[in-house]
This record gives sequence, structure tokens and C-alpha cells, in this order.
Amino acid sequence: MHETAHAAHQAPTSFIRKHVFSLDHKVIGKQYYGLALVAVMVGMFLSWLMRIHLGWTNFAIPGLHLLSANGAPGNVMTPEYYLQLMTMHATIMVFFVLTTAPFAAFGNYFLPIQVGAEDMPFPRFNMMSFWVTLTAFIVLIASFFVSDGPTLGGWTQYAPLSAVGSVGGPGEGMGVVLWATSIAIFCMGQLLGSLNFITTTLDMRTKGMSMWRLPISSWGWFITSIMGLTAFAVLMPACILLILDHVAGTSFFVPSNLVINDQLQPHAGGSTLLWQHLFWFFGHPEVYIAIVPGMGIVSHVLVANMRRPMLSHRTLIYSFGALAVLSYMVYGHHMFVSGMNPVSSIVFSFPTLIITIPSTIVVLIWLGSLYGARLRINSASLFALGFISMFIAGGVSGFFLAQPSIDIMVHATYFVVGHFHMVMGVAAMFGIFAGTYFWFPKMYGRMMNETLGKVHFWFSFVGTYCIFMPFHYLGLAGNVRRYQAFVVDYMQPLIPLHRFITIAALVTGAAQLIFVFNLFYSRFKGAPAPANPWEATSLEWSTPSSPPPFDNFGGKLPVVYHDPYQYGVEGSTGDYVMQDSPEQIHSVRDEA
Amino acid sequence: MATTVHEPPKLESRPVNVGGSGNFRNMVPAGGLPRTKQQYAPPPASTGIWVALAAIGMTFAALTSALVVRKDGSNDWRHFTLPAILYLNTLILLASSVTLEVARKRVSSFMAAGRVGIANPARWLYLTLGLGFAFVAGQYLAWRQLSAQGLYLATNPSSSFFYVFTAAHALHLIGGLGGLVRVTAKLNTASLRRATLDATSRYWHFMDVLWVYLLLLLWMKL
Repeated sequence: MHETAHAAHQAPTSFIRKHVFSLDHKVIGKQYYGLALVAVMVGMFLSWLMRIHLGWTNFAIPGLHLLSANGAPGNVMTPEYYLQLMTMHATIMVFFVLTTAPFAAFGNYFLPIQVGAEDMPFPRFNMMSFWVTLTAFIVLIASFFVSDGPTLGGWTQYAPLSAVGSVGGPGEGMGVVLWATSIAIFCMGQLLGSLNFITTTLDMRTKGMSMWRLPISSWGWFITSIMGLTAFAVLMPACILLILDHVAGTSFFVPSNLVINDQLQPHAGGSTLLWQHLFWFFGHPEVYIAIVPGMGIVSHVLVANMRRPMLSHRTLIYSFGALAVLSYMVYGHHMFVSGMNPVSSIVFSFPTLIITIPSTIVVLIWLGSLYGARLRINSASLFALGFISMFIAGGVSGFFLAQPSIDIMVHATYFVVGHFHMVMGVAAMFGIFAGTYFWFPKMYGRMMNETLGKVHFWFSFVGTYCIFMPFHYLGLAGNVRRYQAFVVDYMQPLIPLHRFITIAALVTGAAQLIFVFNLFYSRFKGAPAPANPWEATSLEWSTPSSPPPFDNFGGKLPVVYHDPYQYGVEGSTGDYVMQDSPEQIHSVRDEA
Repeated sequence: MATTVHEPPKLESRPVNVGGSGNFRNMVPAGGLPRTKQQYAPPPASTGIWVALAAIGMTFAALTSALVVRKDGSNDWRHFTLPAILYLNTLILLASSVTLEVARKRVSSFMAAGRVGIANPARWLYLTLGLGFAFVAGQYLAWRQLSAQGLYLATNPSSSFFYVFTAAHALHLIGGLGGLVRVTAKLNTASLRRATLDATSRYWHFMDVLWVYLLLLLWMKL
């Protein structure tokens, strides 16, 4: 049996140890999921406020003055408050939903099980990573309640606005300090998490589990954790330098001779571009951190439902790796119009176009594998298909944005906003949903309601297309982003479309309540799940119970005999053979 | 689209495992036997410390690039002479790495001999700890010397980076001191694992090398 004494820890007995300060990776995964669920509700609520204001600028939103008396006098949102809500919407969604749910939540829960381990090798660091992330969330939310509210500089917090202090506007004093502190704390949590993920994948695999026998979802988490390690380690010092500019009077990012509100700023000599370089060096790998776990989860879900492996398992994984490596070379495509040397634009544009190649290979492998497969249709596989659809629809605009000549026209318009919402926001959300519907039976021993799942899917799928597809048109028509109202003549005819989008957003948002209801109802009242409801082959379906016992495999670690996706073969229990089943595979069954 | 295997698989008396890469064609590997050989896995502490050092390296790489950009991007950079005590501190830190290596080698023979007949190597660990604390104290003295010259955090970008780099390094070093305290405690209770000692030593040596790099960087640029 595999030596795991260094990872073993005692089964918890007290309530606090079982459910609060737990060392169990499964509990930590669920805690992350809960955090992401709360965060997505907050982020979505903020987007509703934004959308209502965009469609009906002078509308008095009932109760808004309770959130901020300065930001919404008489319940009408001020322009600055719109920017503050927008900044918080983006920060919460990117960090506390898209990085947390597909990677930290599902990864923590399932990576150790999929590699055949009892737990992660550093359970105390793992526990710390969740509580550190939760602290970061609380610090960020606290900025809503400081005197002039949260920061308004966008989740990108460009200098010098982010660095000059409260003279820059509401929320630019304490709001920025809280934002930067929160993000620096968040980076720490993610580094602790990445440490565990990498070490689990490399050192904790059970007997017979070679790297190539890992499921695609495990590869997704592994590659993401390597990206996270290097990217978050750069954002943290950047945030610390930003905090020093605020509280210590340094001038890392504030240039000389800056006059704001007729006041000459005391800082001098700083580089505003330096912030952008540091931020986007993190920022571009971050968007791949947001999407690669989803790619892994979706691939895993699809294979189980197609009943055959991907066209080429290895090429898919090599492509994930290529995405990760290239993601560090492309970050300047966010800075084409920043004033940096135009030659740099070519230097960044080239790898950006190159990175479309592994992305396309991944998509073509998915599509090629699906072609001719009799895909089992359930909520999980529907959301997996939706992921592919969103990734393609949102990703194609990236081909255009990669070229500086085109980007100059559409930078800072809704074209970009449509691109990243579809390719990263919605696609990753669909990946989270696919994972939830797929793994819920293992996590809770109950099935989620399929009818509600399908209703949730169709509302979400149609709804998000209705919201974000028109963004591309808006951008090409000249609609500038991060504007709280459209008073310029050429943007006024676009307002009816904004109103349509707002209504679509509110309906789609309301439909998410179906999912939340399904989640909580099924948790307690769902139909009891069989041990392996999807007839899947990977190790999480070999645990002796659902949910798995404390040490995942009941004291007896599995031995792996097969590659992860033995479908379409003559197994003793059906058309599949589980990874840890010692039965031999004698023939390949034809797929008609 | 049919996925047809044109040639029926050879069903021989020996079992055939459909392995390979799990790809579409399910090709049989050359050996035809299932892979159940025990794989060697390094101790997680060893992998973990490399991972941590990679992250720490990236942090200091980011700060280095910030220094280079900030220095070359404006004309307000004022050079100053590094406090001489920094060079003494460097020697102290290098000495602590030597004492740590001596400790590490002696721990192996100590544990192998069943903790009898050989002097307890914990004294070498205490020496390393002492040198480490002396380094931190020396860094604090360097800060005092700089502030006596009127060079504070915000005085000039050069002094800003000096304080940021030395503080960041010192904080990580204090973490290393914590690790050494833990190792010493475990040695004294006979619960020290080799992997823990090796990982902690690797971290400490990295802090050493990092400091030498930082000293060179600060000496060249500040």
C-alpha cells in the first residue's frame, strides 16, 4: 500500500473540527463552494444594479440609499457609485467566484480522491488557505461600509488614479487600501492552495496512478495550480507597493507634476505603466486560471457521457500546458493603447495569435470527440455543451482583439466586455454548473432534480446569449465601457438595446434561483444516489460511500490498473471498466 | 461515424490490457501487462519546499523588475552608499548556512546511531538560530543607520526599494527561523523526519542565496 503516513490526520470528533476548522480537503472544498456561492450572489446583485442604471439612468432603485447615502442620494445612483459597484462586481466575480469555485472548491474536493490519496499533504496549510481567502472576502466587503465607499478604479486599479489617494474620488482612499489589502491576502491564500495541489498531484498518487492515467480534470487543476503559483506571487508585491504609495508616501506608481482638482500631487517620478505591467503579468494567466479548471471539468463530464475517451487525451493535455506557458507571454495585449512602445505591441500580438492555436485544438478535440458519439443528455452534459458554445462564441472575438490595429478601435468598448464575459465569465460558470450537477451525487449521496436542472440550463443558455452577444454589436457601434450613462449623441440610439439586455439579465439572474433551490432542496430531499450514477471510471466513483468517508477510501487505498477513460469496452458492470478494477480488458466494442 | 477496429484484437491466452494513452484506438502497449509497479514518490515536504521557493522567487523577480523600471523611468533616483553592516550581516548569514549543513550531516549519523554515543547535534542548530537572529538584528541596525542619515521609506525611490527588499527578505527569513525552531524541537523529542530537516535546510539556504543576490542588486542599482 502506498505510504501516506505523513499525510494522515485523525478523524475529527468535535463539531468545530468537523465543520468549521476542518483539515479534511472535502470540507474545505465545500467551504470554498459556499464562499463562491455567496460571492456570486453578491456579484450578480451588483450587476443588476449596474444594468438597471445603464438602462434607466435616473431611476430611483428602492432602498439603494441604505447601501450608500452618498452614493445614491434619493435612491438614484451617482456616476461615481456606478463605477464603485462595477469595480466590486468585477473584483468579486473574478477572484471570489471564477478562481474560487472551479479551482479551489472542486479541486480541493476531488483532486485528492482522483489521484487516490487520503488527503492533501499539508492539511493545515489547506485549512489556512480557506480561512485566509474568507478573510480577504470580508476585508473586500468591508470597503462597502467605509465612509466614502469602495474603490471606483475598476478591478484593474490602474495608476495613477489608484495610487493618489482620496483626492482621486470617492473610495480612492480607504477603499483602495482595503481593496489592495484584500487582494494581497487573497494571493496568500491561493499560494497556499497551489502548494497543496501541486504536491498532491506529484507526490500523493496511489499505486499504479501514473501522470498519464490522471483524469483530465486533475490535469486541469494541476496546470492551473502551477499558473496560480507564479501569477499570484507577482500580484502580491504589486498590491503591497500600491498600499505603500497610499499609506507611506512612496511614489512607485504616481508620476511627477500630476495635478488633480487644482492640487499638485506630492508624489513624483513613479511609473504608471509599471502597475499595468505587474498587474497584467498576473492578469492574463489569471483568466486562464479561471477557465482551465472548467475545461478539465467539462472534458471529464463529457467523456463520461459520451461513453468514449477524447479523440486524443494527450493532445488535449499538451494543449492545456501550451495555454499555460503561452499565457505569460501575451499579457501586453491588454496594453496595446497604453502608450507603451508600439514594437512591444507586435511582440505581444504574435504570441496572442499563437495561443489561439492550442485553444482551437482543444475545441476541435471536443467537437471531434462529440461528433458521432451518442451523448447522454443530462444537466451536467448540457452545461458542458454550453461551456463549449460559450467558449467558442466568446473566444472568436479574441482573434480580433489580438491584433493591435483592430484593438485600437475596440479597446475599452463593450466589444471587450462581451468577449471576456462570454469566454471567461459565463463559460466558467457553466463549467461550475456542469461540475455541480455531475459531482453532487458523490458529495451528498443524492441526485439533483433533472427537470429543474434542464430548465436552469435553458434559461441560462438563452439568457446569457441574449445578454452578452449584443455587447459585441454595441462595442463595434462605439459604446464605450465603464460609462455609467450614455449621453453622447452616437450612443443614445443604443439605449433601447441596453434596456433589452437589462431585462434579459434580470430574468437570467432570477433563473439562477432555480439552481440555488435545486441545490438546497436536493441536499436534503433529493433522490438517493447510487454509488456510480453516471457509470464513470475515475477513482472518485470508487469510494465506499457517497459522500466519501473521512479518509476517502475507508482505509484501503485503491490500486490503479487502467487509463482513466475505459469506456466502450466490455466491463463486468457495463460498457466501462473502472480505473481500480483489476479485471482485464479483452476487446474493444464497436461504436455504431 | 463508425469507429471500427478493422482487425479483431488478438485474443491470446495471456491477458491483454487495453492501455496506452486511453485514446480513441485503444492500442495495446508493447508489454501487454498492466502497469502496477510501485512508483517512487519523493516526500511531499521536498516537493512542497521547491514549490514555495518558486513562488518566493517570483515575488522577488517582480520586485526586481519594479526596481529596474522605476529607476530607468525617471530622473529622481538618488544613489546612496549601503550601510557597511550589511556586509557583516552577509557573512553572518553565510556562516549560518555552514553551521546548518554541519547540523544536517550530524543529525543523520545521530539518528542512525540511535541517539547514543554521538554528541547531540542540536547545538549546531542553536548556533544557526543564533546567527539567524543576529542577521535580523543586523538588518535592523542597518535600517537605523539609514534613518540616521535621513533616508526613510518615502525619501527617495532608491531608499524605498531598499526598505521594501530588506523587509521582504527579513520577513521570509523570520519564517525560516520559525522552521528551524520547529526542527530543533522535533529533534529534541526524537520526532524529526529527514524530509522535514532537508526541506527546512533548503529553505534556509535559498534565503542565503537570495540575500546575496539582493545585496548585489542593491549594491549595483542603489
